[in-house]
Amino acid sequence: MKVKNIIIFSIISSLLLVSLIAIWKILSTLQGIKLNSLNIQIIFFIGFFITLLNTMISNKVNLIIRFLIFASIFIYIDGFLIQSLPVWYNIGNFLIIYLYFVKIEKYNNNFFVNEHSTQTIIFDFLTLFGIVLFSFVILFPFYMMLVTSFKTQIALLVNPLDFSINFGQDLKDLFKSYFVIFKSYKFGKYILTSTIVSLGTVFITLLFAIPAAYAIARLNFFGKTFLSTSILIIYMFPAIVLVIPLYTVFSQLGLRNSISGLLIVYTATTLPVAIYMLQGYFKSIPKELEEAAILDKLSWFGIIIKIILPLSIPAISSVALYVFMIAWNEFLFSLMFLDNPNSFTLSRAIQYLSGDAETPRQYLMAGSVIVTLPVLFIFVYFEKYLVSGLTAGSVKG
Amino acid sequence: MKNKLSSTEKRTAYLLTLPAVCLVFAIILFPIFANIWISFKEVELKDIRIPEPRAKKIVKSISGEDNKIKFLYKLRNSSLLQEIRNVKFEDKYTNNLKPLDLDQRCIYKKNKIKCDFGTWPAKYKENFEIIFEITDNSTINKKELKSIKPKLDGDSDNILLNTNFTLKNFKKVIFENEFLDLLLTTFYYTFFGTVGSIVFGILTAQMVNQKFYGRTFMRSVLLFPYVAPVVALAYTWELLLDPNSGTLNSLLLNYQIIETPINLLGQKYIDINILGIDLKLRLALTTVIIFEIWRYFPLAFLFILARLQAIPKELYEAADVDGASPFQKFFKITLPQITAVISILFMIRFIWNFNKFEDVFLLTGGASGTRTLPINVYQQGFAISDIGMGSAVSIVIVILLLLFMFFYFKLLGKRVNES
Repeated sequence: MKVKNIIIFSIISSLLLVSLIAIWKILSTLQGIKLNSLNIQIIFFIGFFITLLNTMISNKVNLIIRFLIFASIFIYIDGFLIQSLPVWYNIGNFLIIYLYFVKIEKYNNNFFVNEHSTQTIIFDFLTLFGIVLFSFVILFPFYMMLVTSFKTQIALLVNPLDFSINFGQDLKDLFKSYFVIFKSYKFGKYILTSTIVSLGTVFITLLFAIPAAYAIARLNFFGKTFLSTSILIIYMFPAIVLVIPLYTVFSQLGLRNSISGLLIVYTATTLPVAIYMLQGYFKSIPKELEEAAILDKLSWFGIIIKIILPLSIPAISSVALYVFMIAWNEFLFSLMFLDNPNSFTLSRAIQYLSGDAETPRQYLMAGSVIVTLPVLFIFVYFEKYLVSGLTAGSVKG
Repeated sequence: MKNKLSSTEKRTAYLLTLPAVCLVFAIILFPIFANIWISFKEVELKDIRIPEPRAKKIVKSISGEDNKIKFLYKLRNSSLLQEIRNVKFEDKYTNNLKPLDLDQRCIYKKNKIKCDFGTWPAKYKENFEIIFEITDNSTINKKELKSIKPKLDGDSDNILLNTNFTLKNFKKVIFENEFLDLLLTTFYYTFFGTVGSIVFGILTAQMVNQKFYGRTFMRSVLLFPYVAPVVALAYTWELLLDPNSGTLNSLLLNYQIIETPINLLGQKYIDINILGIDLKLRLALTTVIIFEIWRYFPLAFLFILARLQAIPKELYEAADVDGASPFQKFFKITLPQITAVISILFMIRFIWNFNKFEDVFLLTGGASGTRTLPINVYQQGFAISDIGMGSAVSIVIVILLLLFMFFYFKLLGKRVNES
């Protein structure tokens, strides 16, 4: 039983090692090392035997000695015997094996006596494996976007696998794509338009949503339940269904190609979720405060400004950030309503840029970096606010 | 007194909600009804523009005759299809000008010329001339004269407002355009995208729910694909998957996993062999679905993680005391606790994936077997410029969604009743 458990453990844990080493090899290939095979089978077998031996002698030999012995064996086979590879690659391997050994140290002989040891191992290693794999799969496109924006057209065509960035060159050459898209493609203007549209949407949405949410949360009136349920149902209605009628009406009213047209549509599409999120928060504010205010003869306007607003700053900022992100990322309506390059938003401008097959891809990626960075920055910085907003309202997307 | 208070309360409530309600009604509910109206009409993109009478004004001096000046108006009907009735023209002139031999259709009064041009058929064009005599000896500033714009006015039919209805659009949607194929593609895209994102959402939520170093960072990273702009992500993926110099194909070629590059976004079918059975996989559609899963599993992850963190720890402790294995704990405790969230997520994601337009549009534009219903709305309405058809497809989408919601709630209600 115990031997079987140890063998299963060795197989599963060496799969984790294989995935770590494979990702390291892919990243090294992209830095210019000539690797023509991932040697997955070989690494799996080495990993398997290392883990097996390590578990067997774990009671007798010190961790550091075991680690040094096995790491040298591994690096000797992978980095010298199969193919001679540069030092930095082997250092990376060394660190990976170190991490791996720290991780598997917990699973010593005593552990395998446990009743459910196999399942625990599968669970633990699936988690680790998942973390490694998902981080790689998610971050790789972002990494590629960033790297490509710093390359030149020729470098990209000659060797698509070369992801190394030459930091030795002039800053002017390094950021060439960014200079070009600002200069020749007027990206400065698009950033301005996008910012105005997004901030404007946030402002108008809050202006309309706060009073409405307050009324729904606090006041009694006929049709209140109908209104609050219909808000949610309206929110589920797909944008693609709205596009044609809005296009025709906006064409006839001359609202296409205008910022005000976009503002109207963005506000209307974000209002339901803003009202929904805000009214939930307003309900949690103690009623006593307002009752005191009513005795002081404050009007509803005064109540909202003096009592509700200061108390709900967190909720309002979370709604504001969420609405900003929706408006900034929005693409469908900007595609339909804007066809004059002078009124493009960033997303629309990038799509327009890609429509021209001649546009070098590094420009496209530089534009993508520019449109992505603010959103990711806001997201990471204000994550706490945003996650609660996302869970409450991100039915859409 | 109390009545009065409650009536003011009501009035305040209506006042507070009115702006929001009006806007939402105008932009979201009105278009849905307008769609029904348009879908029964034969309207093309070019019909939307309201026909306008237009005039281009040119001021010319006549050689040899310094005391005369010519005004030339290039008149036209802006529409290529529709007539304009009752065209009225009006222009203003300076005091020192007097018209010579005026057209019969026009009258001169107080420095103004008013004309009644009657009906202009479609594509109508006319060069309309008036010669003026200069009554004093001042020099004429042509620019100033030109800057006075003539006013034109006329009546025309708005094709959207007339009451000619037809069923042609719906017939075309259902009997032409490979409707069944369209439905199937949309269904595959929606269903597998939804299921995939939920499965990966469960996996990642289960992962992040454990304690490890860098957990909060991991949570942020997992949400990146969901919060980043779709345009940037779609083009990055397009570059990544490019058959000629894309990173993925280059890597696979480099490691000798494949021999020739695969056009993951441009190839409709690929033959694969599983256990000796030859299968035709819809390659481009699969790639698009993978992108969709990649982009939307974070939402499922977020919902499920929130639910997982709310499960009382005592349940797991009790299970530990009973000697339950990790798998038993997952299937007996965790899964039942998150089924409610999953069923809500399934509905939400299904509806949204069913209507997803941007992702497919940016990746393939609907080519190589990835044409879904929302893509078809765009293609009919804007690529083929048949607004009526586009609306009809939108209506089909709405009907299918309502049907889905109806059956889903019925099924859900039944299950709730049983348990």
